[in-house]
Amino acid sequence: MHEMALAEEVVRIVEETARRSAACVVRTVVLEIGRLSSVEVEALRFCFAAAARGTIAQASALEIIEIPGAGTCRACGATVPMDEMWGECPVCDGGVLQPSAGTEMRVREIEVV
Amino acid sequence: MCTVCGCGAGETKIEGGEREHTHVSPDGTVHTHSHGHDHDHHHHEHAFGGDLDYGTGPARAHAPGMSQSRMVQVEQDILAKNNAYAAENRRYFDERGIFALNVVSGPGAGKTTLLVRTIELLKDEVAISVVEGDQQTSNDAARIRATGVPALQINTGKGCHLDGHMVGHAIARLRPADGSLFLIENVGNLVCPAAFDLGEHHKVAILSVTEGEDKPLKYPDMFRAADVMLLSKCDLLPHLDFDADLAEANARRVNPDLTVFRVSAARGEGMGAWVDWIAAGLEAQGARRAESVDALKARIAELERQLAAS
Repeated sequence: MHEMALAEEVVRIVEETARRSAACVVRTVVLEIGRLSSVEVEALRFCFAAAARGTIAQASALEIIEIPGAGTCRACGATVPMDEMWGECPVCDGGVLQPSAGTEMRVREIEVV
Repeated sequence: MCTVCGCGAGETKIEGGEREHTHVSPDGTVHTHSHGHDHDHHHHEHAFGGDLDYGTGPARAHAPGMSQSRMVQVEQDILAKNNAYAAENRRYFDERGIFALNVVSGPGAGKTTLLVRTIELLKDEVAISVVEGDQQTSNDAARIRATGVPALQINTGKGCHLDGHMVGHAIARLRPADGSLFLIENVGNLVCPAAFDLGEHHKVAILSVTEGEDKPLKYPDMFRAADVMLLSKCDLLPHLDFDADLAEANARRVNPDLTVFRVSAARGEGMGAWVDWIAAGLEAQGARRAESVDALKARIAELERQLAAS
């Protein structure tokens, strides 16, 4: 359940950004979460609601953009989609895939008033 | 949460920790605060008769382009702060030639027993300090201290992992010697500690032969994040159906670059190769430090030469 630690960090980043932009209220928080990032999106939503309570982000909507996973084959160099952290290359049939996208965990932007 | 360093006032307890403590932030800022403090949130006062009406724009309209709201780009890694603490820890280790390992596994894989045995084999040759992460109790730190080396227990409460900030505090408390070995035993958990860099040089994952051979496939994040795997409790292999070759092959499917050692902390088999690997790491850290000291000396000599010439 490291989603709670991540949610607290998201709220901290949102509070800091809101303060810097002299916002009164945060309406929306937009995150980018990669499919290979070991984050359970539903757990993160739940934890965000708890972590945001009593902060400027309390009433905000959480929008999560899921970034699809992709990997590069270490044998043939092909780039292929990945659903898991590891996999074998379907192009050359067996090369080990190195994740190249889908591991991100970022706060992209916030909508403030 | 502390608004300067972000440390939770929650349930994390560092042994012997007073409620008030001092932080040195990655940018060099030092601040002291007490835990259990009032949160210093940013409050706004609005003259709307106490109500907040988000639909009331300048023209009391919702026409496109007239919304009061605006988007603020953030583009920040959620773990950026942890990574900054970790980088600071790593810089501290590198400047002093300290070799730091983050030992991770599920509960019961034998992390503490393995550390105790490793310490016994190495303590006459190198200074060692140990950080023990557990949700509760200081049993593990007591086991380590019984070997004669300093250990600090961090209780994470409900927290499922150590983070870079906690380890920074532990460094400040333990003050590891130059050229020493710094061992971090993470909370027993094969999921969460994978995401949190502590500033270590290597994550060492322990898989015991009483677990399943497919564990690296079930928990791939950790075996990807690690670069060393210890297959522990190997003295039990004759009594089990566990296929050590299959376990190793599964781990390499997830991470082909893994260095694997098969060890028995109880009987000592395989411990020599593991301890040699640590000794090589210590030597490399020492060489790196000597190199940076030499580079600094050369730079000083060059500056002095320039000063003398001007």
